[in-house]
Amino acid sequence: MRRLVIILTISAVLIGVTAWVTSMEKVGVFDVFTWGDLANEARNHFWMVFVAVGIATGVGVLLAVLVTRPRFSKLATLVIGTGNVGQSIPSLALIAIMLPLLGLGFKSVIVALFIYGLLPILRNSYAGIRNIDPAVIESARGMGMSRLQIARKIELPLARPVIMAGIRISTIITVGTAELAVLVGGNGFGRITFTGVFAYEPLLILQGAAPTALMAIILGFMLELVERRITPRGLKVEA
Amino acid sequence: MIKLEKVSKVYPDGTEAVKEVSFEVEKGELCVLLGPSGCGKTTTMKMINRLIPITSGKIYLDGTDVTQVDENKLRRNIGYAIQDIGLFPHMTVGQNIETVPVLKGWPKAERKERAKALLELVRLDPGEFTRKYPSELSGGQRQRVGLARALAADPPTLLMDEPFGAIDPITRIDLQNEFLKIQQEIRKTIVFVTHDIYEAIKMGDKIALMKDGRLVQYGKPADLVYRPKDRFVEDFIGADRALKGLQLIRVKDVMDASPPMVKADEKVMAARERMMTQEVDWLGVVDDNGKFLGWVSRADLESGEMVRDIMVSSSIVATVNMVLNEALSLMLSSALNSLAVVDKDNRLEGVLTFDDIRRGLSEASQGEPE
Repeated sequence: MRRLVIILTISAVLIGVTAWVTSMEKVGVFDVFTWGDLANEARNHFWMVFVAVGIATGVGVLLAVLVTRPRFSKLATLVIGTGNVGQSIPSLALIAIMLPLLGLGFKSVIVALFIYGLLPILRNSYAGIRNIDPAVIESARGMGMSRLQIARKIELPLARPVIMAGIRISTIITVGTAELAVLVGGNGFGRITFTGVFAYEPLLILQGAAPTALMAIILGFMLELVERRITPRGLKVEA
Repeated sequence: MIKLEKVSKVYPDGTEAVKEVSFEVEKGELCVLLGPSGCGKTTTMKMINRLIPITSGKIYLDGTDVTQVDENKLRRNIGYAIQDIGLFPHMTVGQNIETVPVLKGWPKAERKERAKALLELVRLDPGEFTRKYPSELSGGQRQRVGLARALAADPPTLLMDEPFGAIDPITRIDLQNEFLKIQQEIRKTIVFVTHDIYEAIKMGDKIALMKDGRLVQYGKPADLVYRPKDRFVEDFIGADRALKGLQLIRVKDVMDASPPMVKADEKVMAARERMMTQEVDWLGVVDDNGKFLGWVSRADLESGEMVRDIMVSSSIVATVNMVLNEALSLMLSSALNSLAVVDKDNRLEGVLTFDDIRRGLSEASQGEPE
């Protein structure tokens, strides 16, 4: 309840700031962006995040399932380590690297965001599956479930809340990182923010940054609700 | 029937966990694999359902080489219960029990019916428990559900790895007794792993005692207690083996099955006469239906007219199926020299004295108990 109040308060402030700047028509010599521009960039921004996190989820969960198989257990450190390296590269540098490799445009943006968003999902999925009580897996095997059945009916459902938390963290990070997309020919709120940066106009920066923060908060909150909803009931009830 | 022929397990690093173990478990028998930790008992058990691959040797289940069957199909026909139970936390008790029937493709109605019957078998009310989640159950209840789940598809064979190991001592004894009762009904072929010698003696039709991967002695519990093959077996049974032997004998096997008795409605005269002819100092008192009421001794005969007036009521009794250590404990704690033995309807079946216990023990330690 207290969290909800905080979230609503911050959201209200962010909406207020955005509305205030947007209502100004001009800051210094620059025209402010219109509501139409904002809506357009919101759509672009969301779409980038959605595609990148979507791919990261598919790849991350699959990789996690793979490296938790006993046969591939040696790969785990390698894969998680590579993911770690991916995220330790500064986001700006990562996006810059994409430029000579994939050129300007949507493709570069998505690949960079994907690499950056993969680790939280991969790491959470891995931990979620690894932390399942070994007795549960042993009894499943002992009753004659195949590996695939164990993954589908036991491991993924039990790891689902932790995986979902990874997706939420990844989404929040990606919303922020996607600001940089405009530097390699992408769109999104970054177009507004960086116009402000180059024009040296703090209010214009705010007009791009405030809605970005708002999007991160709203998406984070929505995914948290999903997370709570998909947690198997048996993991919630206590004696 | 389960048959192991020179079964060995050698791990890639060279560790020999199990060395040429051979034994046979008859159909309907409960065989306990017993030994100190690290002796290879669990490894041996897990090779039966191939959770651990066999290095060399053969294991036959009802005549079929287990390595010739698809491992998942094999396991679906072998009940499996382990110490940590491993109930699926995201599934209800009902869904947990239905696991193997679902894998085997049973129709839904049949599965539900089976889950209900099994909950009743393990003494959990299906109405209350079917929809509960494992996190809502106590340790003992979880263990019962684990057992029900292992029995779900009615497998002829059951593997149990210290199934009562993680439960408090009182609940454990209850579960052991209940499980023995259930086993009398269902007569499964069972391999039961434990390191607890008391549990082994109590539960096992046969005991396979293992040490360092080898089978040291295989036989009836009485064989291990009274005819240990070597020093290791002797030490493992312990210095108090005479006391452990008490657990092997049931009251009905050593009691005096035709005790002197008198009815409560008879005259004191009749009681006196009976003591004279049978040359005893006391009589058991029963009602018209043979139910045990108490005792009358020679000293009590001085007063009164009817036996009912002078008898000393008693409700401390042993039952025919009690094991001797329980009966002995009852005698010691109640300071009685003899104990009335009754059947389940409280009818006097016999009398047990310290002498009977002593005689039973010495017979068991000398000859074959059967």
